[in-house]
Amino acid sequence: MAKHTDLVNLGTGKKAVVTSIHGGIGVTGRLDSMGIRPGILLEKISGQPFRGPVVVQVGNNRIALGFGMACKVQVKTDHGEDTI
Amino acid sequence: MRLVMVGNPNVGKSALFNRLTGAHVIVSNYPGTTVEVTRGTIHTATQHIEVVDFPGIYSLKPTCKAEEVAATELGKLMPDDVILNVVDSTNLERNLGLTLQLIKLRKPMLVALNFWDEAEHTGVKIDAPALEGILGIPCLPVVGTTGEGTKTLADRIHQATISAYDFDDLRKWDEIGEILGMVQRLSHRHHTLGERLGDASLKPFSGAVIAILVLGLSFGAIRWIGEGLIDTIFEPFFNKIWSPLMLELSAFLGGGGWLQHLLIGTITDGRIDYGESFGLLTTGLFVPFAAVLPYIFAFYLVLSILEDSGYLPRLAVLADRLMHKVGLHGMGVVPMLLGLGCNVPAALSSRIMETNRERFICITLTTIAVPCMAQIAMIIGLAGRHGTLALAIIFATLFVVWFVIGVILNRFLKGDSPEILMDVPPYRIPHFKSLAKKVWMRLVWFLREAVPFVLGGVLLANLLYSIGVIDFIGRVAAPVVTGIMGLPKESVGGLLIGFLRKDVAVGMLAPLDLSFRQTIVACVVLAVYFPCVATFTTILREMGIVRLLMITAIMVATALVVGGMLNLALWAIFG
Repeated sequence: MAKHTDLVNLGTGKKAVVTSIHGGIGVTGRLDSMGIRPGILLEKISGQPFRGPVVVQVGNNRIALGFGMACKVQVKTDHGEDTI
Repeated sequence: MRLVMVGNPNVGKSALFNRLTGAHVIVSNYPGTTVEVTRGTIHTATQHIEVVDFPGIYSLKPTCKAEEVAATELGKLMPDDVILNVVDSTNLERNLGLTLQLIKLRKPMLVALNFWDEAEHTGVKIDAPALEGILGIPCLPVVGTTGEGTKTLADRIHQATISAYDFDDLRKWDEIGEILGMVQRLSHRHHTLGERLGDASLKPFSGAVIAILVLGLSFGAIRWIGEGLIDTIFEPFFNKIWSPLMLELSAFLGGGGWLQHLLIGTITDGRIDYGESFGLLTTGLFVPFAAVLPYIFAFYLVLSILEDSGYLPRLAVLADRLMHKVGLHGMGVVPMLLGLGCNVPAALSSRIMETNRERFICITLTTIAVPCMAQIAMIIGLAGRHGTLALAIIFATLFVVWFVIGVILNRFLKGDSPEILMDVPPYRIPHFKSLAKKVWMRLVWFLREAVPFVLGGVLLANLLYSIGVIDFIGRVAAPVVTGIMGLPKESVGGLLIGFLRKDVAVGMLAPLDLSFRQTIVACVVLAVYFPCVATFTTILREMGIVRLLMITAIMVATALVVGGMLNLALWAIFG
């Protein structure tokens, strides 16, 4: 079953597909130019405690996003395939 | 015609720029190394072409000062300018996003597929001729660090054309997906062991342990290398070879008189004490070459290894929460670390921060509480005589000042700090030649900037003493300097000269025979009270006169408060 969550609550080491980004044009645009947009498969590499940043792998890139931004990225697990 | 290099951050533009032009630009493995526009020239068989290297951009919409610099420059393109779009072959998809935006500018263009070697190692196979066919512009594999492919690239610059490729903006990523389907083949791969180990430096617990180890080792190495060089090479040279020469020169000058005093200074018991003589050829040369240079070398060697390995962005991730407390985000650690070398590049590197508020906080914190390596080296020399405890108190106080001022600024400045959004590049083994070149460039830069100012500082100090200015100001300032901070009035000399060079200023305290408490207070106050002239002019350029005056006012006020409180606290604890 697909589980809907955001990047902060996604488990470390889990893969998921971005479903939407709950943010204004600014955030969406910046994330888009760095390769994070709806439909993209990513893997969570780490998350720092106490509202710290989240690091994800997208393609060959590792990207660090602040906590607030990570909250805005909605994802769903169960993406049907297992490669990035 | 100019060749304008544009690309995402950290795709190796500067390394390629150095290769193409033979120029010397600092290259590191973290996004945001280049914050200025740099120009150079390619000499081909037939022509000379001006090359312009920019800060990296993710899109044509700037999000920080460094990107603004690039966007402004792109807006000023001439009709015959050629765009050299540098892309990271290991991340073709995202890089093509910018490539397609650039194509829409309808300028003659060519694409350099950089990190070609790394792409092959990571199982990314790109059909460059096919990409060239689709986009209709030359697409050339290169390796910036080794120079592979750069010759062909230079030869084909004149083949740059305006791409006829057209697409609907809304379908950009689908379009890119289709292109990738035709030109790129990925071998299926899992994370390598190296990557897994590398990730440990990003995870909460292991990351903190690794950060403490890395920073501890770095500072240990800097101290060991710096002190080692001083003890084995520089001090013996000055004591055994330079001193006899100076004594002979002194005898030749008649052992006295103003010229002897100016060049050689005081001779105590037939010996030259480089800390106290204060002549141009004695202390004036000893300070930059024997006391500071070894530490500068050690620091930049270690910093360059950290930069080129790719560790700094990981440190930025770990330090993000701490940096948010002072109104910055994780990338703020980069200007702070650069500031430990020199506050000037630190102020420039604040351009990687997104807002003016962050840049103001960043510059204030580096100038106020991050002493440069020249000053640190002198502090180690001076306060080290009173033991490690004195050094520990000095640096701990500076850290507390850094934190408290940061929290206050964050609380009272309008606005809030943006969040970190940054590429974490892969770990790379530093390329020895580039590393050596970078350390060398920084040493040359230090010597060129520092030596004239140190000599000027020593000269001025002599002058001010001999015409009685220091004595006069010392008496006027005595209520503050002696009354509040408990320092002898002669230390005013150091505070005056500190505007020129803080290392000379610390050096001027040496002959005063300060006590444990006075040494600590004097070192902290000298670090905090005012920026040196080089930093002063850089802040003026970066932030304008109003903010420069604000930063300076904060510094003077902090120096008074911290100097007074520290004096009291040390008196209460140690008597």
